[in-house]
Amino acid sequence: MSNSANSPSKAQIKARQKVTHTFMAVLLGLSADASLICNEVLAKAGKASQTRIDRPDAVPKVDSAMKNSREGIAHLLNRTTYGMRPGDIERVQALGVEQYLKEQLSPESIPLPSGVAQVAQVPALTETPLSLFLNYGKPALKALSQGGGKTPEEKKALGKVVRETYGKLYQDAATAHLTRAVDSPRQLQELMTDFWFNHFNVSSDKGLDHIWTGQYEESAIRPYALGRFRDLLGATAHHAAMLFYLDNWQNTSAAYRPVLNNPKAKSRFKGINENYARELMELHTLGVDGGYTQKDVQELARVLTGLGLQPGGGAGLAMRNVMQRRQAAGQLAQMQTNSNAMQPFSRRPRQRGIRNYGEAASASTIPGNPKTGSFFDMRRHDTGTKVVVGHTIQGSGEREIEEALDILARHPSTARHISYKLAQYFVADKPPDSLVQKMAATFTRTDGQIAEVLTTMFDSDEFWSNTNRNNKFKSPHRYVISSLRATDATIDNVLPLLAFLKQAGQPLYKCLTPDGYKNTKEAWLNPDSLINRLNFATALGANRLPGIRVSASQNGDVTDSLSTISEKTVSAIEQAQPQLRQSLVLGSPEFMMY
Amino acid sequence: MNRRDFLKTAGLATASLLVPQVNVWAKTSGSAASNSGPTNKLVVVFLRGAIDGLSVVVPYSDPNYYKVRNNIAIPPPGNQLGVLDLDGHFGLHPALEPILPLWKNKSLSFVLNSGSPDPTRSHFDAQDYMESGCPGRKATSTGWLNRLLAQLPDNHSPVRALNIGSTTPRILQGPVASATFKAELKRRRSPIDNEVIASSFERMYEGRGDSLERAFQDGMEARTTINEKLSGEQMQANGGAIQAARFGAFGKQLGKLMREEPKVQVAFLDLGGFDTHVNQGNGKGQLANHLQVLGHGLSDLAESLGDTYQRTVILVMSEFGRTVKENGNNGTDHGHGNFIWALGGAVQGGKLMGHWDGITDRSLYEGRDLPVRTDFRSVISSVIGEHLQLSSRQLQTVFPDFSSNSDTVTGLLKG
Repeated sequence: MSNSANSPSKAQIKARQKVTHTFMAVLLGLSADASLICNEVLAKAGKASQTRIDRPDAVPKVDSAMKNSREGIAHLLNRTTYGMRPGDIERVQALGVEQYLKEQLSPESIPLPSGVAQVAQVPALTETPLSLFLNYGKPALKALSQGGGKTPEEKKALGKVVRETYGKLYQDAATAHLTRAVDSPRQLQELMTDFWFNHFNVSSDKGLDHIWTGQYEESAIRPYALGRFRDLLGATAHHAAMLFYLDNWQNTSAAYRPVLNNPKAKSRFKGINENYARELMELHTLGVDGGYTQKDVQELARVLTGLGLQPGGGAGLAMRNVMQRRQAAGQLAQMQTNSNAMQPFSRRPRQRGIRNYGEAASASTIPGNPKTGSFFDMRRHDTGTKVVVGHTIQGSGEREIEEALDILARHPSTARHISYKLAQYFVADKPPDSLVQKMAATFTRTDGQIAEVLTTMFDSDEFWSNTNRNNKFKSPHRYVISSLRATDATIDNVLPLLAFLKQAGQPLYKCLTPDGYKNTKEAWLNPDSLINRLNFATALGANRLPGIRVSASQNGDVTDSLSTISEKTVSAIEQAQPQLRQSLVLGSPEFMMY
Repeated sequence: MNRRDFLKTAGLATASLLVPQVNVWAKTSGSAASNSGPTNKLVVVFLRGAIDGLSVVVPYSDPNYYKVRNNIAIPPPGNQLGVLDLDGHFGLHPALEPILPLWKNKSLSFVLNSGSPDPTRSHFDAQDYMESGCPGRKATSTGWLNRLLAQLPDNHSPVRALNIGSTTPRILQGPVASATFKAELKRRRSPIDNEVIASSFERMYEGRGDSLERAFQDGMEARTTINEKLSGEQMQANGGAIQAARFGAFGKQLGKLMREEPKVQVAFLDLGGFDTHVNQGNGKGQLANHLQVLGHGLSDLAESLGDTYQRTVILVMSEFGRTVKENGNNGTDHGHGNFIWALGGAVQGGKLMGHWDGITDRSLYEGRDLPVRTDFRSVISSVIGEHLQLSSRQLQTVFPDFSSNSDTVTGLLKG
């Protein structure tokens, strides 16, 4: 994310004009006939009664030549990136489709530009859940705001600190997410991170997930996005963000009787909570028709009792006062806010409003898994025998959870459910059953190796079929990112992008429901949202979004690079003033699809 | 040719050339062609943050009330900033004076001790449940208002569902499209309101005969309708609090739209700021300021609806109630039961509905909160069943996990 130069040199201008030329090709090289130039398109359009190029009955011959043709590469890029950038087709042509896919499937083989790597070096992504809680949790913020939030003045100061801190953590995570989505050469990893985040959704709008969501994506999703499904399942199951979002941190054996120092205090642990157990089967593994019963949900919930948050890391207990929290956290992270309300931590170590945390502890003695922020509390665990989808699990404590996750990850319903969702994401809203079956077979054969399942999909006739090209409607998220990629945009400020996503009903990291954002046309095509896109396209194309510069200019004959597009779109662009053309392309019906 | 004529022509041209169903909207865009007669309407107002119901309808005749609320109780009628008497036992918050006439003309009622049966005290989860209409089931992807729309006769109007705000809320999420607009004093122009830009996009989208064209045309039509109807409502802020003025905009604008655009079936809006843990206030203060805004907005809405008020039910609800006892910060904490408000010409008002057991320790939920004696889905089911004429099978679709037979609210609407 560099600042654009104030006065471009001649060479830069020349380079830009070149980019402009390929710009339209990139924008519009979206459909099957990417190699055709505009005149041919127009001639063809004149003959055909229907100007859109649809050949649903054509069965392509899936061979290397077809895959490596311009239209083959354009299709592959549409599905394995957030949208083509200028020069992408040529790069893949030079590399060959097979090598390109091989690289994308092992992302660490692709070097990251320093800007892309750097953007992830922020506390929101690098600190552990425990340390995030200690440094940015409500009690710490109360101390920072110099008050317990009791008087109106204290409340105001606290509110300011809370807003700024959470705003900063969210914005840092969002900046990293959007920068990588736009600029990372590891595009398939970015898409798969998005896919799995929604599959294992958490919402940063829910309480403590304010501070954990970015870290969750970074540590529980991204590293495993192309790895083994079981690893992903385990990482999400143990992460504080998921434990909090689906309430498992409270899930407690019905027999548990808390020992409370204060007889008036109420325990947060009031027995069984099935929420995570239910979604673990319905959404994360087996699928809603995956062959489990309400009894299975109850049994799985019993297995999961006691799996919660680290003491002092969100679950209360463990630390007596702010000083101890501070010692535990080590150095207080210096947050880069300009808040006047921010004060050195130690100034008022013991003011009202800081909770009494009982036993003293330091970071090294806080039990649990510091990487995930989880802690298995045997006292709250139901040690009886359980039966989950026909498997008997003997009461043994924490190991039961791994046993249950193994059973769920290897269940045939899971192979099918995951394969269906992947095929829907990459191929068609209603994916062909033949394809789902092939992918599920690979899932089972490889014990859930995601890259292998994707390889089966990329090798399939269904993936390359003409029916399945340009048939996907972009979600607002993909729409924004593809616009920025197509225009080679420089982003210094993500706020306008976050505002658009919010308005479009897809605020980043804030899907309320555990099923995550959908990626189908049915979910996203509606009148309000389409008009919003046109407003966004107009603002972006005209360089009216603060902190975002698109690099392509409006010079040159715009129709030169129109490859496949309806006659209507061509003529609308031709009739428009030059300064509007780029916006029109970004708002065209063709640009809504991929 | 103005924008509206242009759209009509475009729509008709499309209809004659391509897709049969498109001509339905072409027909509906002419108001004279309406033959379905006036339809009944529902407005839902969601108060986010959990409003303190006991400060809205105050049990002033119960001495317990003044015992447990030393600092935040509202004085009995006749005192300065005291409640406005409703029935000799309960009184309305003085800041809600603008809606007192509606009580007197018997078109305002409250369902006491109602709400969601789910015990959660998390705003996030409770709002989610109340909007999805499926308490306890997290993975319900559609909102109940959207499922309701799917059961109403489809009049093919792009403004059949209005949402006042900037994003589509959970309650309206689902397959039926709604039109969103901001209730602002001065309507801001978007790029698409520019004639040149709009017609360029028009040229791209018209005549495609697909779902993209349909969405485009509906979106432009909704925008045109809303902009046109509200063009005379560029109200000046008449001094006072900015927020109050903004609220006035909501009441007047929504009322005018619903009065003049007979195709509107459902409208939704939400308001925040009711999470009064600290310094809630009594007859005046934080909550009173919010209630004043709300009261004026609702009263403006009722007035500007005109005759349409007779065919409208307005439901006001919140995710849960607040603790009966005040806390140590002169505020209240997250509770359980609350009161649902019902307004409109179709409401059999002027009386309180629901069950009331007082506020003794024994009658309270977990010894601290108002109980939920009437499920919010009962209230909504009885309203939409009668008022919008949904069959019991259709009600099952709107609230799938719920059988309204077990717990009906009778007499909320005029028979």
